[in-house]
Amino acid sequence: MSPAPWKSSGSAVPTGDVSTVPTRVKWDDVTVGLAAEPFVAPPLTITDFVRYQGASGDMNPIHHDTEFAKASGYPTPFAVGMLQAGVLGTYLTDWFGARSVRKYGVQFREQAWPGDVLTYSGTVLAVREEGDERLVDVELLAIRQTGGTHLKGWATVSL
Amino acid sequence: MAAEPFRMTVEAGKVREFALATRSSDPDHLGPQPVSPATFLQSCSWWQTPESSVWYGIARDYSRLLHGSQEMEFFGEPPSAGTELEGVMRVDKTYEKAGKKGGNMTFTEVVIEFRDVESGRLVATSRNTSIETSKAVEG
Repeated sequence: MSPAPWKSSGSAVPTGDVSTVPTRVKWDDVTVGLAAEPFVAPPLTITDFVRYQGASGDMNPIHHDTEFAKASGYPTPFAVGMLQAGVLGTYLTDWFGARSVRKYGVQFREQAWPGDVLTYSGTVLAVREEGDERLVDVELLAIRQTGGTHLKGWATVSL
Repeated sequence: MAAEPFRMTVEAGKVREFALATRSSDPDHLGPQPVSPATFLQSCSWWQTPESSVWYGIARDYSRLLHGSQEMEFFGEPPSAGTELEGVMRVDKTYEKAGKKGGNMTFTEVVIEFRDVESGRLVATSRNTSIETSKAVEG
């Protein structure tokens, strides 16, 4: 199947595919086991990888240069793990607020590929107070359409 | 051993570019005085000189290299646009493990400490764990 013709919107802002305007959870509503509604992202594209690589400065051609990827033994370029880690970070901050992040980590598991549909999810592991800080520990996941785990994440936010 | 320090300015336009690339529509990321996203400090590579990287002059075989994990810690809110940071990158530890399919895996944990240039306050640390395999990486 050939892709649809590309049409410029006249803007570098991606249209129609970013997360919706965030809704923030309040401290009083956070309980252990609380889960945010999963975010199912549109299929990954090499354009997504290129946009992220320009933003981050990681210009490794294995994520966008098909000839290079093949010469390295891969069938196609594969996803930049840090892009999905960034999207999972956005999922976290849409949930708790951009200013709330105190710790955020990801472990990279299975590789993700162009066309993959990833589901981002998160669950509250612990709620605690330390000094005058109200902290929430969260576990996060990015799962491929195959059921395979692409990312395992963890975070601590301050509310 | 630590590499040379480098300077980095957190800029609104770069934060916006990074936030859009990672699917944020949060006004706190996209406005004129944005706070930076959780993984934004990855973009410090735009500010690092070769001499401020621990990998300067070291040949790495990228076909045998995996990004194992990445962790960020913030000592307060993530830095906002306008913040001048000084980063120092160092190798924190290196260790080996036996691979499941034979061969050795060498883990290297590299830390970058980011300090506010004005106050000297530690703002964030980034910890990157990379894994070099003794055999080619399987897709």
